[in-house]
Amino acid sequence: MLLRHTPKEITERTALTVNPAKTCQPIGAMYAALGIHNCLPHSHGSQGCCAYHRSTLTRHYKEPVMAGTSSFTEGASVFGGQANLLQAIDNIFTIYEPDVIAVHTTCLSETIGDDIVQIAAKAKDDGKVPTGKYVIHANTPSYAGSHVTGFANMTKAMVDYFAQSTGRREDVVNIVPGYVEPCDMREIRRLANEMGVRTILFPDTSNVLNGPQTGRYQMFPNGGVTIEELIKTGDSRATIALGRLASGPAARALDGKCKVPCEILDLPIGLRQTDLFVDALRKIAGVNVPDSINIERGQLLDVMTDMHQYFYGKKVGLVGDPDQLIALTDFLVSIDMQPIHIVTGTPGKKFEQRIREITAAVPHAVNVRVGGDMLLFHQWVKNQPVDLLIGNTYLKYIARDEDIPLVRFGFPILDRVGHSYLPTVGYRGGLRLLEKILDALLDRMDRDAPEERFELVM
Amino acid sequence: MSNESQLIFEEREDQIHRKGEQPYRLACDRDSLAGAVSQRACVFCGSRVVLYPIADALHLVHGPIGCAAYTWDIRGALSSGPELHRLSFSTDLQEKDVIFGGEEKLHRALIELIDRHGPKAAFVYSTCIVGIIGDDLAAVCRRVSKEKELPVIPVQSEGFKGNKRAGYHAACKAMFELVGTGDVSGISPLSVNILGDFNLAGEIWIIREYFQRMGIETVANITGDGRVDDLRRTHGAALNVVQCSGATMDLAKMMQEKFGTPFIRVSYFGVEDMAESLYAVARFFEKQDSNVLSRTQELVHEELSVLLPQLKEFRQALRGKKAAIYVGGAFKAFSLVKAFRLLGMKVVLVGSQTGTAEDYQELHEITDEGTIIVDDSNPLELSSFLKEKDVDIFVGGVKERPIAYKLGVGFCDHNHERKEPLEGFVGMFNFAREVYTSVMSPVWRFVPRRSRTLAEERFAGS
Ligand code: SF4
Ligand code: SF4
Repeated sequence: MLLRHTPKEITERTALTVNPAKTCQPIGAMYAALGIHNCLPHSHGSQGCCAYHRSTLTRHYKEPVMAGTSSFTEGASVFGGQANLLQAIDNIFTIYEPDVIAVHTTCLSETIGDDIVQIAAKAKDDGKVPTGKYVIHANTPSYAGSHVTGFANMTKAMVDYFAQSTGRREDVVNIVPGYVEPCDMREIRRLANEMGVRTILFPDTSNVLNGPQTGRYQMFPNGGVTIEELIKTGDSRATIALGRLASGPAARALDGKCKVPCEILDLPIGLRQTDLFVDALRKIAGVNVPDSINIERGQLLDVMTDMHQYFYGKKVGLVGDPDQLIALTDFLVSIDMQPIHIVTGTPGKKFEQRIREITAAVPHAVNVRVGGDMLLFHQWVKNQPVDLLIGNTYLKYIARDEDIPLVRFGFPILDRVGHSYLPTVGYRGGLRLLEKILDALLDRMDRDAPEERFELVM
Repeated sequence: MSNESQLIFEEREDQIHRKGEQPYRLACDRDSLAGAVSQRACVFCGSRVVLYPIADALHLVHGPIGCAAYTWDIRGALSSGPELHRLSFSTDLQEKDVIFGGEEKLHRALIELIDRHGPKAAFVYSTCIVGIIGDDLAAVCRRVSKEKELPVIPVQSEGFKGNKRAGYHAACKAMFELVGTGDVSGISPLSVNILGDFNLAGEIWIIREYFQRMGIETVANITGDGRVDDLRRTHGAALNVVQCSGATMDLAKMMQEKFGTPFIRVSYFGVEDMAESLYAVARFFEKQDSNVLSRTQELVHEELSVLLPQLKEFRQALRGKKAAIYVGGAFKAFSLVKAFRLLGMKVVLVGSQTGTAEDYQELHEITDEGTIIVDDSNPLELSSFLKEKDVDIFVGGVKERPIAYKLGVGFCDHNHERKEPLEGFVGMFNFAREVYTSVMSPVWRFVPRRSRTLAEERFAGS
């Protein structure tokens, strides 16, 4: 029992986080920046942070993850990191030749107070930024927010630095897909394509962090949104932002800067949320939903109805990021499951209220904690057991100790594959989620069934 | 993109050496170039790696959440008992703490943790930001230490104060506070401390068992499967046996200075180095017990008579295959070079993140003509070398693995993600099997680099 240290009794903790349910901003910013074509993320701080972020992303995606670092030393932390960043920009453009360097800060450079805008301007004045190349930045202090905030900040930076409006409106819809897997980004675009809607999707990590085996190592894989596309987002007809926390800021910035109206939706996880997304696309682009998509929807619905008796009344505990949890909870409630413990490590004001609304009809007390950790979650589970856990790899300790099946979903997943290739958004993604949930529940039933009740047909 | 051969920073040219083409010279022990995609980590990382396996101590990271989140149970340093070290404790500093200081928060966190878990000692790690906001870590630790009557030890591991090696030093300083505080009565005159082994996949248990068979008592494991009370008694051991170049060398030196404990450097990887390590220990105790040496010979003989026949099949299959090595410390690289030689393979590239001048000199001496030697490399360099040398297997850590796989090259994790023990004689077998499994896997047949004909067919048909 690895977590034998978890006391059942819950005491309020004010100074201590045990087994976090979040991580720090820069890793989110790094992930977002990898969704720009030919972009090298750059960590302005000491090299440790960067090494950790790269390793963690590598463990999750099983792909090489490239990022530069300003390699702060004691001098830099006293006198500021300007010299380091200038040298880094020069070196990176000379050797690695990206189109964009996307700088994010770390706790260290934030606390010192380095002014990235000014340093980048100086690099440009000094002729260190070749024509047609860019340095963009986002401030990502980890003592505020979480990895989701970092993702949102870097995505917004794409708008701040690139979006332009020429005054002409193009028949294009911007989609900000949120902090989701590379395959989810692709699936979202596929749905739009299927409907005949032209889109610009940003960021777009598909083909960057789930690329094929090619026998070649490419520092900059073929995927990612291009600079031209990012510039053109200012001329699009509208923006659909998926996930309020991760995508909202970019969409609103685009509205403010280029008057591109935006619709901010929840992530398209499950039938209802995907309906809302498809419907928004349909209305904005003035298209019809093709049969191919109706068939996908019908298949998801088919499984929901075929198997509904197995979902009924099952209690679930969830740990994850706010945007995911909101949509997922909605999906689970819609198939008659009962999410009763919900923890996110990411701070935010509206989360709890949204979850309360969604779970209003759940006939149990529902525990919700914003800025919580896995210790608290485990304590809740001990006090009120559940039938299923859904969350990242770190839940496996609790799953093992309490002998509860686990469906891996979210970030990071360090011990399984599939999450970067097979989506969980859209109707097909919903189908995959149901399959995973059913596999977990039915495998457990099989395991625990007495011999005479061990059934072939379920 | 640049031409492959140009993919090297001019400033880094002297950190790469090709044996045979130039007179030997290699610059190292240098800060990484700003902007380079370095594979290096920070001071905190170094300290955390060394101290983490002490399983009955509390490890609290004072800083923002990330530093703690990324070091939560990522190394398979096994414990035979308590597992407190596998949890992640952080003060999760927030903006107001950064402005007003985090000392009070740290104090409360420590008290709460000590009350709940009753650890034998506590290590408190400082991170970059703590160094900047100026929290007096040492003062808080002293205060809690008094209140709770147990050692609460600050680890001065602000990330920017150097690289991983500086972190090893900070960790050694922290451990040294415990050394000499325990009762050493009853310790055999034939006794050692095992330094620099982290019990990945249970390796230290193998080594302990060897020593036991030689009639030698192990006082403390430092730090794999480590215990605070053992650390307190380390000064009672007759000899420190130190593995690997960096991690715990400083502790051995401190102990030599203060307690006069001599140390020897060893390596448990590969047949030659493993046997030589045991013999070195035996020779040390020969005067006290004239039978140690014969017991050791017997042990080595027994182990080899099992191992060598087992290796035969692997050697046949692997003869002439090419290997590349990129690891944290250079000492491990020495052993790997020899281990590959035993398998009949050629090492064509060898490098480390933190090697010293002497380390590289030695590498230069033990490698073949044409071998590339690098210090503090980056992915682009590594991948261009792997291609140039057309290697069959790459030995490295977490960040190197996907590069190898993208190129269609076999891989063996010789870092903390190893799943099989690689130390000892049985470790050599595991290593050989792992190398064999990866190099000979049929999956590489489908990799474009290797299957030109397959690809050609595909294109011809389309
Ligand atoms: S210092 Fe900040 S940015 Fe760096 S790893 Fe720690 S929390 Fe993340
Ligand atoms: S903040 Fe400093 S201590 Fe923490 S990971 Fe980054 S470099 Fe290391």
